[in-house]
Parts: sequence; C-alpha cells; structure tokens
Amino acid sequence: MLGFIFKRLLQSILVMLAVAFITFGLFRFVGDPVNNMVGQDTTLEEREELREQLGLNDPFVVQFARFTANAMRGEFGQSYSLRIPVSELLRERLPATLELSIISAILALVLGMPMGIYAAIRRDSWLTKLFLTSSLVGVSLPTFLIGILLILIFGVMLRWLPTFGRGEVVYLGWWSTGLLTVSGLKALILPSITLAIFQMTLIMRLVRAEMLEVLRTDFIKFGRARGLGNRALHFRHALKNTLIPVITITGLQLGSIIAFSLITESVFQWPGMGLMFIQAIGNADIPVMAAYLVLIAFIFVAINLIVDILYVRVDPRLRVSGGKK
Amino acid sequence: MSLLEIKDLTVEFPSRRGIFVAVEQVDLTINPGEILGVVGESGAGKSTVGNAVISLLQSPGRVANGTIHLKGERIDDLDEELMKAVRGKRIGMIFQDPLTSLNPLETVGAQLIETIQLHLKFNDKDARARAIDLLTQVGIPDPDTRIDHYPHQFSGGMRQRVVIALALCSDPEVVIADEPTTALDVSVQAQILELLKKLCEERNVGMMLVTHDMGVIAETTDRVAVMYRGKLVELGSTEQVLKNPQHDYTKSLISAVPRPDKRIHRFPLVTYIEDAHDSKDDLDIASHWLGKTRDYEKVEGPLLSVDNLHMRFITKHAFFKRNEQYLDAVKDVSFDIQQGEVFGLVGESGSGKSTVARMITGIYHPTGGAVNFAGANLTQISNQKELNHYRRQMQMVFQDPFSSLNGRMRVEDIVAEPIHFHKQTSSNSEARAIVHDLLEIVGLGAQAARKFPHEFSGGQRQRISIARALATRPRFLVCDEPTSALDVSIQAQILNLLKDLQEELGLTMLFISHDLPVIRQMCDRVGVMRHGQLLEVAQTETLFETPQHDYSKHLLELMPKFEGPALAS
Repeated sequence: MLGFIFKRLLQSILVMLAVAFITFGLFRFVGDPVNNMVGQDTTLEEREELREQLGLNDPFVVQFARFTANAMRGEFGQSYSLRIPVSELLRERLPATLELSIISAILALVLGMPMGIYAAIRRDSWLTKLFLTSSLVGVSLPTFLIGILLILIFGVMLRWLPTFGRGEVVYLGWWSTGLLTVSGLKALILPSITLAIFQMTLIMRLVRAEMLEVLRTDFIKFGRARGLGNRALHFRHALKNTLIPVITITGLQLGSIIAFSLITESVFQWPGMGLMFIQAIGNADIPVMAAYLVLIAFIFVAINLIVDILYVRVDPRLRVSGGKK
Repeated sequence: MSLLEIKDLTVEFPSRRGIFVAVEQVDLTINPGEILGVVGESGAGKSTVGNAVISLLQSPGRVANGTIHLKGERIDDLDEELMKAVRGKRIGMIFQDPLTSLNPLETVGAQLIETIQLHLKFNDKDARARAIDLLTQVGIPDPDTRIDHYPHQFSGGMRQRVVIALALCSDPEVVIADEPTTALDVSVQAQILELLKKLCEERNVGMMLVTHDMGVIAETTDRVAVMYRGKLVELGSTEQVLKNPQHDYTKSLISAVPRPDKRIHRFPLVTYIEDAHDSKDDLDIASHWLGKTRDYEKVEGPLLSVDNLHMRFITKHAFFKRNEQYLDAVKDVSFDIQQGEVFGLVGESGSGKSTVARMITGIYHPTGGAVNFAGANLTQISNQKELNHYRRQMQMVFQDPFSSLNGRMRVEDIVAEPIHFHKQTSSNSEARAIVHDLLEIVGLGAQAARKFPHEFSGGQRQRISIARALATRPRFLVCDEPTSALDVSIQAQILNLLKDLQEELGLTMLFISHDLPVIRQMCDRVGVMRHGQLLEVAQTETLFETPQHDYSKHLLELMPKFEGPALAS
C-alpha cells in the first residue's frame, strides 16, 4: 500500500514538472516580460539592467529551476495588471472558488446518488421517468443559460436571492468564508446550483447505469436466493460495487468544477479564480495565468491521487499487488 | 410424505410474440437424503424448475399453474415477505459460476455472518463461530484465517465450497444445485460432488441437482428426471434411466454422450434435435476445390514437430529485470504430429494446452524452442510473405462460438475473408461460390451466407468457424476445445463433422480438450499436460487402458464414469 502511494506520488511529481515546464514556456515565449513592466521611455541600458536583475539573461535551465523553486513556494511574481504579488491574489480568490466548487460537488453527490439509486431500483415508477427526462434537460442545457435563467427567476422576478458577488464574508485567518453569514449563504445558492446541475445529472445517470448492471450479476441473485432482503442487497452489496466508476467520475468532475467554474463565476460575478483567470487573459497577465495553470494542475493531480487511494480502499482486489495468496 | 413436492408445474414467459411455455406440467418429488438429478440440454427448462421452487423466476416469468409443497406446506403462493423466510433458511441454492456468485468487495466471512444472522438471529461472536464451523465442514483448510479473506483470494473450487457453505448457513431442508460443477476442472468437480453427496447423507438434506452432464448424473444422483423442451419425458432411478432408457429422447441423448470406455467410429445422430441435418453427401469433397489444388510441399516424416517449446508470461513488470515476476505457462514441450493424425492434448485449466496451440499457430511468439511445420522452422521465419505461405496451411477453431465471430459481418464475408487474404481466388464470384459450398459441407446450407452470426445457435456458429478454418484449404487444423461450450447432442454433431472432414480431406489435427471421453473418441495419440509440462504421450487406447504417469492415472480415475446402455451396433 505504501509502495503504491509512493509510486503514485512520484508520477504526480513528474506530471507537475511537465506542467511547470509548459507554464514556464508562457513567460519565455508569450511576450517580453521587460516590455510589460517598463514604460515607453526606458532606455536600452535600463532595460538591460532590469533583465540582469530579473535573471532573464541566465541560462534556460537555471531560469527554469528558479521558476520551479518559486512556484513550489507559491511565488509567481507580480501581477502585471494589478501590481500586487500573485500569491496574494490567489490567497484572496482561492477560498471563493473552493467553497463554490465543493458545495456544488456535495450538492451533486447528495442529490445525484440517491436519485440514481432510486431510478435503478424502481425502474418503472413515474418519479424515475421524471428524473430521467429532467436529467436530459440538465445535461443538454449549457451552464451559462441555466445561470441566467436562475438569475432571471429568483433574482429579478422573485427577488429572493442576490444575483452577483459573494455577499458578506468572514475572515478566518487569511481564508475568507461566506458560509458563516446569511448574505454569504444566500449568495452561494444560485451559483452552486448552476454549477451542480450538470454534475448531478451526470452522477445520477452513471449511478443508475452501474447499479442496473450490478443488480443483474450473479452474486445479487445468489444473495436473493439466500433470503437477503432488498435493503441489504441494494445498499450493502450493490451500492458498494457501483461506487468504483462513480468515484472516478466524481473525482474528475470535482477537478473540472474547480478548474472550469469560470463560466459560472463570470455569470454571477463570483470573485473566484475563474473570474480572475478570464480577466488575466484579457490583460495578458502572464504571472496570473501561470499561477492558475499550475494550481489547477496541482488540484487535478491531488484529486487523482486521492481517487487512486480510494479505489484501493473500496476494492480489495487491488489491495495486494500480485494478487495471489 | 416427500420433502419437496412439485405438482403439475407450468411456467410461462409472456413476450410480445406470445406466451413461451418454459416448463410444462412437471411433477417431481424429492425425499430427504436423496439427490434428484434434473438433466436436459440448454433451453429444456431445467433451471427454470429450480428457480420456480424458490420463486426467483426471471421477469416476466410466472408460475401459470401447479403447486409446490415443502413438507406438506404450500410455498408457491406465498407473498414476497414470507418467501424470504423460506429462501436460504429452508431451501438453499447453489449456482453454476463460483467466480461470480460472491460479492467481490466483502470478505467471505462477512457474507456468511450476514446470512447466518439473517436466519438464525445469532450474535456476532456465535455467528462467526458458526461461519468458521461451516467453512470447516465444506473442507476449507485453515478456516480461522480464511474467513477474513476476500473471494478473489480463493481458487474456483474453494469459492464453490464457500458458496456451498453459504447455502447451508441455516441448515436448509432442500438444496437446489444448478450446474454446481460445470465451471470447474475434473479433479475439483470430483471433490465438490463428493462433498455434496456427503452433506446430503449426513444432514438428510434433499437435493435437486440440475446439470447437463450425464457423467455427473451417473456419479451422484439417486433418481433422474429427463427434461426436453419444458416437459418431463422420463423419471426413474439413475440406474434404470441410464441403462435402460424408455423415451426416445433419453435414448438419443445418452447415445450422444462420448463414451469413456470404448472408442466408436461415429456418434449416433441425435434425431431429436432440430438443425441436425448431416453434411451434404452429394458434394464430393476430395475432388472439389477444397480437396484439389493443394499445392503443398511433400513432407517426409512428421508434418508438425515441436521442440522444447517454452512460454514465459511476465505477470508483474518492473524496471529491473530481477524484480520481474513471471509465469512459465509452457515448459520445454516437445512432440510430433504425423500426417493425417489426430493428436490430442488433455489437461486441466491452466495446464498450458491452449498456449501451446497459440504458439503453433503464431498467435503467441514462443520464448524458446522451435515450431517445425512442413520442414520449416516457423519461429525463425521473419519474412511475412513466406510466413503466410505456412500460416495458410494451418487454421484454428476456437472454443467460444460467441466471441470468435465478428458480429457485424455477414457469414459470407466471415468465411470469405481468409480466401481473400491469402489470395486464393482471383474473382469475387468464385470466392462466393466456394463459400456457399463450404457452408453446404459444414451442414448449414448456402442460405446461411447472407445472415449475421447472432442469428445462429452455438453449434451452428461453431460450424461457421469450421467453414472459415477450411476456407484456406489447410492441411493442419488446430481445434481448441471446439465443443466445450456446446450441449452433448450438438457436440456429437460437431465431432462427427470434424471426423468426416478429417477423413475426407486427410487433415492433420491438433485437438485440445479437457474432456477425456471426447479425446478418446477423437484422437489417435494423446499428450497429457499439467503445469505447463507434457507428462506423457501415448496412443489413445494405450493411455486409457494402461496410463503410465501418476497424473494420467489420477485424471482417468476422476473422470465421471458414465457407461451407457450396451451398444446395439
């Protein structure tokens, strides 16, 4: 088990180095950083001096090593457009995105799993048909449209919920949270539902399909022949066997919720990393883009590592390498 | 009063095309301590009877008529809640495939304890003690530690023992065993059957043993019920039914079972099975395209000789060679096959017999050793064109008729593919004519050409496979368990077909099977394999009469002894 984790960790480090390399390429090949930093009337000598200062004249390998070392400490330099350190910017934006994504992932799981199980067990009930039909809508409507519709209904027409921003936030150390204030919670509702709907329908359909598959297997039939009740069969034997693919997809989805919440964030003007990234692209703010890329890659790698470990927890067949007793 | 009494049972499966009657007016009784065999071919409805007893019919099946009494108490009309108390508690069930009968994510102990507590309301400690006790009874060594192992840590035979332990959790009065040994090797099969017999005797349990295997019936059961198309055609003591069958179907079924005790020239045809028309005799194969123009080199001595063939599979890859783990699937195997000879390879699963076949036909590249075919060492030839020249002369028929044909291709195209690949004819129309003749020869008829594989039964598909193998005009045919997925009557047809073709075309054959009676009927010489090694090679009759190696003796001993009625011919 430890050896397995170690191996996965090594692979993760390799992936991160590759990402760092690509990101570093951004600095080297997209525009000249000195040009971005100085004004029109700086002389050539001053520019050269700045280059020397920033270490841009050092060999490629040295620069890459320096970039990697800095990135590991969370240092990505100064934002070109906002003139504040990127690390500070990240610290400010990260909690907003994480809160939004994790809440919506939980929402998707908590609603999607039971719906999927229900749809698999009661295949012909009218509720199942309703779930399946409405899930089609959830899958096929683009996120931004759902967001705009929700804003229109609950924000503009009913005026129940705020349509943008995070509301009031409370600081716990450097972490800003909207979970502890009423306005913060209210502000969270619409964007998290918008973000959750697609994931929820996906999880529901996946759980249903897997569960139907498992319910057809011999060991369920054998369990029934031993007199086991429906509850034990469905929730003890079938559900656990359903989980393996669900874990994979949920893990990947959580990654993409965090990484690609930008659409939802721009619709709701949510002050998270997605919004920051879009603005950074607009301003060609390379340090911010680089930091964002590295961070997202890190989140994906971390989630995959957790998923791999969860696999081994759930499935005993993977536990002993070599397999044989 | 009998333990289980099935009266006038009719099971129907309503479908869009009308009602399919799977079981029709079946009367059966089981007495305490008795094993009742239910035998028949696939689709005969024998499993449906078992499922109806514990009312687990596959939807939309329903019991349309009849009654089932357990110790005088009617159980077929119980509602789901009351039935749950019967299932597992009073009637235990054992299924065919031990590999899929257990939940892979829970320890066997957890599954046993769950079932014990469900029926007997034991506390955790007592339930565990009983679980260990049950594992001991079914003969699992070291049950104290094994109880916490997961199903994948047990071998197939051991898993089937766990399944039996699960079925016995609460001392059921009746056990229904649905093909309990079909997925197992002969030696394991013998142990499991022995165990089932012992349990019936000791616990006075009545057992319904559903199987298609006459050998199992002969070895284990007290009485036999023969089913044909949902109807019970014969019921009597095992001795009487096997020695002196009354019904025509039973007679033909028994005559189709390969005899272990004596070699006969051909299997009597089972007249009771449809699609059983024999290959067309009006086609003279030898003078046909298939028999003619066989532009092969003349060979002196053996057609195929295998020298020190070795195959090593890497089971665990590692960066350093010394950390790799591997399995030697075939170890230094050598044998010759003479021209026109049928050479058999026999052994249990994992003995490496299929691997040998795959190395000979070039699916695997051997780790060591040589395959000499028609005077050329195939492992040395690297020129693809030259290799194809030899590959064309050897063809293979695979075990599973369902996965060995491409479901998206028409039969015509499947059979014609090797003809085109090896550029056997120049024109499409000629190829088509050949395909039609081939389909006639294997007994399918030319009208089969336009159909897709899924429109055929298992036996018919195997005929398609044979037609495909013959399409390149091979002189050497490798048959890897060609009939083990088929019913006995179908098996008899396919074996007859292979025998005919072998004689008429003078084919040389490598015939692989785990089934000793089949080997006896088909082969001139036999090699016995175990753990990748070839232990003994002998003339078939010599092997069966006076086996030399201990393992061969062991295998022959385990072979279910089924001696049919005295042959009339």
